[in-house]
Amino acid sequence: MLTKRIIPCLDVKEGRVVKGIQFVELRDAGDPVELARAYDQQGADELVFLDISASHEGRKTMVDVVQGVAAELAIPFTVGGGINALEDMKRILRAGADKVSLNTAAVLRPELIREGAEYFGTQCIVVAIDAKWDEEAGTWRVYTHGGRKSTDKLVIDWVKEAASLGAGEILLTSMDRDGEKSGFNIALTKAVSEAVNIPVIASGGAGGSEHFTEVFTEGKADAALAASIFHYEETSVKEVKAHLKNEGVNVR
Amino acid sequence: MIGIVDYGMGNLFSVSKALERIGVPYIISDKKEQLDKTDGLILPGVGAFRDAMKLLDETNLSEFIIEQADKGKPILGICLGMQLLFDESEENGVFKGLGLLKGKAVLFPGESNGERYKVPHMGWNKLKFHQDSPLTAEVHADHVYFVHSYFITGEERDALVASSDYFEEVPAVVGKGNVFGMQFHPEKSGDLGMALLKNYTQYVQNTEVEV
Repeated sequence: MLTKRIIPCLDVKEGRVVKGIQFVELRDAGDPVELARAYDQQGADELVFLDISASHEGRKTMVDVVQGVAAELAIPFTVGGGINALEDMKRILRAGADKVSLNTAAVLRPELIREGAEYFGTQCIVVAIDAKWDEEAGTWRVYTHGGRKSTDKLVIDWVKEAASLGAGEILLTSMDRDGEKSGFNIALTKAVSEAVNIPVIASGGAGGSEHFTEVFTEGKADAALAASIFHYEETSVKEVKAHLKNEGVNVR
Repeated sequence: MIGIVDYGMGNLFSVSKALERIGVPYIISDKKEQLDKTDGLILPGVGAFRDAMKLLDETNLSEFIIEQADKGKPILGICLGMQLLFDESEENGVFKGLGLLKGKAVLFPGESNGERYKVPHMGWNKLKFHQDSPLTAEVHADHVYFVHSYFITGEERDALVASSDYFEEVPAVVGKGNVFGMQFHPEKSGDLGMALLKNYTQYVQNTEVEV
């Protein structure tokens, strides 16, 4: 059977990985290829690179990063950030990325999902959603622009729309949990995973191995993503997988 | 020398880089006269079946690939490239494939015994070997990376080298004579993927093709 996936996420700015990576064994903690290799060796099932470059030049550098990673590694990876048009997808996918992740641009113009899916196939198109609980609405709301802007879309409606437009996967981040290390948002993940028939990657809130077990069993996630706990070596992909295996969760 | 068929679809970069890592010379080309001089072909592919066949037909590459297969040249189709080797696909209608292997690509139903399941089949799944093949020499069954919504059914049993379980028996490695396919992405499947790819290139090296 298909295994549950563990996905470390790396933020890349102007071609360099940022946000305190503390791997002791690395010569250069800012080199995306070197970090990617370290995660590959730990048993990461996939990688996500989020381009947080502010400049046009920085975006161009991302193509070199993608080529570098694709040349060195034999595991799949997704690139998100700054992908606003079909041309951006072509640039990144032709450089060797396996998937692109769309966030704000897809909310602003949902047709972009269809365009990407028709050109590259649905499996290449990940729709990333920043979700925050809305007390008044009694459900989760979609936020854009890195979580700074609230939208009129509700998460459950939006995932269904995204899936029908051709999204191949959902990358779901709980803004309420992000950075809290108190565990993934199980209720949100489960609600989304049950609302659509495409794989869901849970993100936001990972603090330890037990949180991964929870999000796979109760949250029904297909994959789980984390950044800081891996970067700061609070745990490793290997450790998380050993724990999951012990708990009867099918991992590679 | 391996010829990667460039018909405008597919992730040529990662396939070619994978060949570089195992030290196998290759060319990427859409020109028959160049591909004709190679010892074996790789047909990559990402995207929709119909678009891929249309491109292959427009460039007369479909005819060329069939001729090459007939004269014994090794051919490896990867992912969509594997599905193209079969008779037909039901992806967005019914479309004819290259017909080098018997069987067709159908959509995962997304439901099994009343239980819904996710489509695409995306992620790492374990291979189960059914018979010996030059592709699987000296490798152990482990996980490989799949991403696909359609799978092959109706294949000849003696063409099924390995399968994976995803609510259906999913043909993962197929092979008949000099025609091979891998439904997963060997170039994205870690050490096992690289070993399988290497086995193919080894097979190509050991195969004499009449010119």
